Amino acid sequence: HLHVRVEQVKLLDRFSNKSVTGTLHLTATHLIFVESNSTSAQEIWILHHHIASVEKLSLTTSGCPLLIQCRNFRLVHFVIPRERDCHDIYSSLLRLLRPVSYDELYAFSYNPKQNDQQREEGWQLIDLAAEFERMGVPCDQWQLTDVNREYKVCETYPRDLYVPITASKPIIVGSSKFRSKGRFPVLTYFYQEKKAAVCRCSQPLSGFSARCLEDEHMLQAISKANHNSRYIYVMDTRPKLNALANRAAGKGYENEDNYPNIRFQFVGIENIHVMRGSLQKLLEVMGTRSLSMTDYLVGLENSGWLRHIKAIMDAAIFLAKAVTDEGASVLVHCSDGWDRTAQVCALGSLLLDPYYRTIKGFMVLIEKDWISFGHKFADRCDQLDPDPKEVSPIFTQFLECVWQLTEQFPQAFEFSEWFLIQIHEHVHSCQFGNFLGNSQRQREDLQLKERTYSLWAHLLSEKQNYLNPVYSPSFAESHPVLEPSTQAYHFKFWRNMYHQYDRSMHPRQSILKHVYKVFLHLSLHSSEMTHAFLCLCAFPQKLQTFGVSTSPLKPQTPPRERSHPPRPQSLILGAPLLSRKEVQQEEDEEVFGEEAREDAPASTGGERTVEGSSATENGYGELKGSFDSKNEPAVVTLEFGVARMTC
Amino acid sequence: MEFAELIKTPRVDGVVLHRPFMPTVEGTLCLTGHHLILSSRQDNTEELWLLHANIDSIEKRFVGSLGTIIVKCKDLRVIQLDIPGMEECLNIASSIEALSTLDSVSLMYPFFYRPLFEVIEDGWQLFVPEEAFKDLESMVLFYPWNETTLFGLPKEDEEDNIALWSAESAFTVDEAVMMRAAQPLTGTNGRRCKEDEKLINATLCAGKRGYIIDTRTIAVAQQAKTRGGGFEQEANYPQWRRIHKAIERSNVLQDSLIKLVEACNDQSHSMDRWLSKLEASNWQSKVKEILTTACLAAQCIDREGASVLVHGTEGTDSTLQVTSLAQIILDPACRTIRGFEVLIEREWLQAGHPFQQRCAQSAYSNGKPRSEAPVFLLFLDCVWQILRQFPCSFQFNENLLIMFFEHAYASQFGTFLGNCVAERVKLQLSQKTVSLWSWVNRPQELERFLNPLYEPNNLVIWPSVAPQSLLLWEGVFLRWNRSTKCLDEACQEMVHIIEYNKELQNKVNSLRRQLAQLETEDSPLQTP
Repeated sequence: HLHVRVEQVKLLDRFSNKSVTGTLHLTATHLIFVESNSTSAQEIWILHHHIASVEKLSLTTSGCPLLIQCRNFRLVHFVIPRERDCHDIYSSLLRLLRPVSYDELYAFSYNPKQNDQQREEGWQLIDLAAEFERMGVPCDQWQLTDVNREYKVCETYPRDLYVPITASKPIIVGSSKFRSKGRFPVLTYFYQEKKAAVCRCSQPLSGFSARCLEDEHMLQAISKANHNSRYIYVMDTRPKLNALANRAAGKGYENEDNYPNIRFQFVGIENIHVMRGSLQKLLEVMGTRSLSMTDYLVGLENSGWLRHIKAIMDAAIFLAKAVTDEGASVLVHCSDGWDRTAQVCALGSLLLDPYYRTIKGFMVLIEKDWISFGHKFADRCDQLDPDPKEVSPIFTQFLECVWQLTEQFPQAFEFSEWFLIQIHEHVHSCQFGNFLGNSQRQREDLQLKERTYSLWAHLLSEKQNYLNPVYSPSFAESHPVLEPSTQAYHFKFWRNMYHQYDRSMHPRQSILKHVYKVFLHLSLHSSEMTHAFLCLCAFPQKLQTFGVSTSPLKPQTPPRERSHPPRPQSLILGAPLLSRKEVQQEEDEEVFGEEAREDAPASTGGERTVEGSSATENGYGELKGSFDSKNEPAVVTLEFGVARMTC
Repeated sequence: MEFAELIKTPRVDGVVLHRPFMPTVEGTLCLTGHHLILSSRQDNTEELWLLHANIDSIEKRFVGSLGTIIVKCKDLRVIQLDIPGMEECLNIASSIEALSTLDSVSLMYPFFYRPLFEVIEDGWQLFVPEEAFKDLESMVLFYPWNETTLFGLPKEDEEDNIALWSAESAFTVDEAVMMRAAQPLTGTNGRRCKEDEKLINATLCAGKRGYIIDTRTIAVAQQAKTRGGGFEQEANYPQWRRIHKAIERSNVLQDSLIKLVEACNDQSHSMDRWLSKLEASNWQSKVKEILTTACLAAQCIDREGASVLVHGTEGTDSTLQVTSLAQIILDPACRTIRGFEVLIEREWLQAGHPFQQRCAQSAYSNGKPRSEAPVFLLFLDCVWQILRQFPCSFQFNENLLIMFFEHAYASQFGTFLGNCVAERVKLQLSQKTVSLWSWVNRPQELERFLNPLYEPNNLVIWPSVAPQSLLLWEGVFLRWNRSTKCLDEACQEMVHIIEYNKELQNKVNSLRRQLAQLETEDSPLQTP
């Protein structure tokens, strides 16, 4: 049983000279920092699974610095007074953040106080069979095959797969033997309107000249299943050079001469190693203190990050256009068909189908194209016994592409960016079972549905926190297919993701939070109006009951304890979003307790500033140091120093 | 001079207008003394009315006898006119060129414009300097109204000049004042001026300190000495500490704007090219520099309680950017529409920012810039950055800033004509032209500029100046390059939600009041 506690630990701000003092706790699951200042006592909870690296820096006069980098882009810098304590924490963390077996992951000990039935219901929320039914599959051209029921044909695919009705078992099996990891072409999205299919697979083992009749038949079958088009597109999402190199290893890409009626296309998305390096470069630049605008823009360009995001988006747009404009079916693959293929299929489907832009639909999309088709979350997100070469921000890129779309189409999505960020948080947290392991089969072996909880149920229970207030279902009717612009200037740095925890970077007032609050008030107002009307109507007749009927209008202070699991505070939104109840209270205060609510929200230290905005955090210039310690006479001498320097 | 002389072909039929994201319009092109007009003569289509003054440059192209004129406007819009007939096209082009580059101010449109609306509140009478400074403490020593004579001061009288120049008090918070000035004329031999020293030192009580923020680097300030300028020597101004910040001189800005707009108009879709061009334009760096300096000035006042004197060389460009932004950060009044108008009137118009020179050309100017520089646009960009970071703290929205940008460059109103108060008086603008304020402050117009999220607060708003927090002002620089339909609709939806909520809130409150009233009326009955 572990609980280390160290007092007088300093937490340094990443971008300014500010620091706060508090107590550091190390528990079996979290590293917790509690600020000692009683007025603004902030708490920081860091899950061990979120920690990517711990670094002990060389000893300074004030203590021993400990630098912790997290997978959710949080970076904390502690200074621990005694070296021994620092070393204790350091070595315990090293042990804790390298779990060796799945059983050690948080999901297996996390207990949100639900009974078995609730847990099961949580897992039943997303039903992929129902999803394919929604798309109109099975139909006269596509059928469910049981060939992979026992994971015998492809270990990394789900059990239930949809193939053209003309694709017989021998064709499937033959084709699977000609594809990397046995990942033969299967249906992932069906565009009912044009009967066009989006299919996915891995690269063919064609080498320089190998052929496989079954595989050729398979593609024929996909083509024939769509009467609207005589050809299908085969999108190889890799750069051509990479695909060529794979030929030497007996893999490669489809030869148009051998596959009749295909239109072959490279789209040039880089591989996982390039993406990993790119994010690393991006984070390095963004982590620089007193970053200049030039270094920022040059760094953004050199990291290539936005170029990669745009490449993925371009590919998805190509897919969507082929399906809608030409009514053609599309087969997407990369090397193994679980990284770039997942990105392009998922994003393409999102462009094609408004359902995936709703909260529930987005969950279904992730469940289908990422989880069930075997995106290797455990490897890519570094869950267990990591191989650093397997780690890559592929899923993060997908979330970012969706965010870029929400920027262009603010009314198209039911969810706000906070939803995306929250999913990203939990892909790495290992708190829920959904993303554990690398494939459906592995998840079954781990009995996740029996032993862990589903993230989707948790997110749906907090659904109101993730709503986009300007979402308009009628937008989906007028824009069933999204056609984003791919002009470079539409792609922006996603500050709220990569600087999620850097308070000083964010807008000090959030439009989203503001409108969202109003949004919650709206529904309250309408219900309250009905209520008040009823009271008024009932008034002359029911004098006695009057006192009772007004009571709901009075401030309610339910003593009920909130049993939320520790949730990272949303810095983007300034503070955790209010629950309905809290809004209700605030509302009441507005009427009944006006004197209690000053115009100016109470901010820290009696400063005359908007909450969260501070002159000291930003470091505008030479004066910065002096203002941090206002009452010290050093202020003036420092300024003299500056003055001397300038003369 | 008659405008007719410049218009060889006043009318051409069958002209086709191409605008990005809008259907092409075929119609009749008319040239008047001040406008280029294209009308399809159909009821449902919008007519194009373009002020010649808004035209920055034109390009001509010919394919056979079909001529094409590309009109590039100061508000950054680019439109294309296909004109049948080579002669007509050449005539139109030369007329536009002549009419858009008229030298004489008195030929400008504001002198001909008669308002179609009733002037309820005359903008020229709105901001008398005494009024603008009224809320500030009695520290005001001189204000630009008296400077009408100042600009005519003979060169020899430089010392008086300094004293007067240095004495514009602008803004006070708790006894700390913010002032602006031009550089002192110390020269290479370190000339002194007793009056200037007295004046500047007199603004500080005993024991108080002040900061002089020189918007030039120390090297630039040193260089200025060789041209008779310079900076305050510490020994002569004992209570003051000088800080140098590097804000680019105005002449570099024009180049920066040209490059930025070129980058924004690049349709190549390449990410690397876009980012490197954006970086090379240096525009965003300038936004960061100015905001940083303004924050520093505000910090001196708010956190140190110290007085601040801001100056660069002339005190009419970077100085004004810094002082006006610092006030927006510190003073909630400047974040209201009226307050912002007062700020522009006081810190820009009356402070003598040479609008006419600076805004003579915009991003599509071909020639070598003379004194053109987007100093004011850069200031508006900085305001927009703060607005983005504090979306609930401003009474106005982005549209107001864009409107100021447009009118500073080309307008039917006289407000931004001339280069200083003296010139404006000489031009008799207040008698001969309509003020921009007369138009903006009409309730019908104001509505467009109101920020639905506004919730007044009396706080200081410290913006983040990290590059990650500063964005490209798309509303201006990408305005004509993208379709904003989706964004506009979302914005409308937001306004709708907020308004509906207010409406409901009022209803709920009135119902509650009724209930409460009934309750009190009846309570004696319940407890007899």
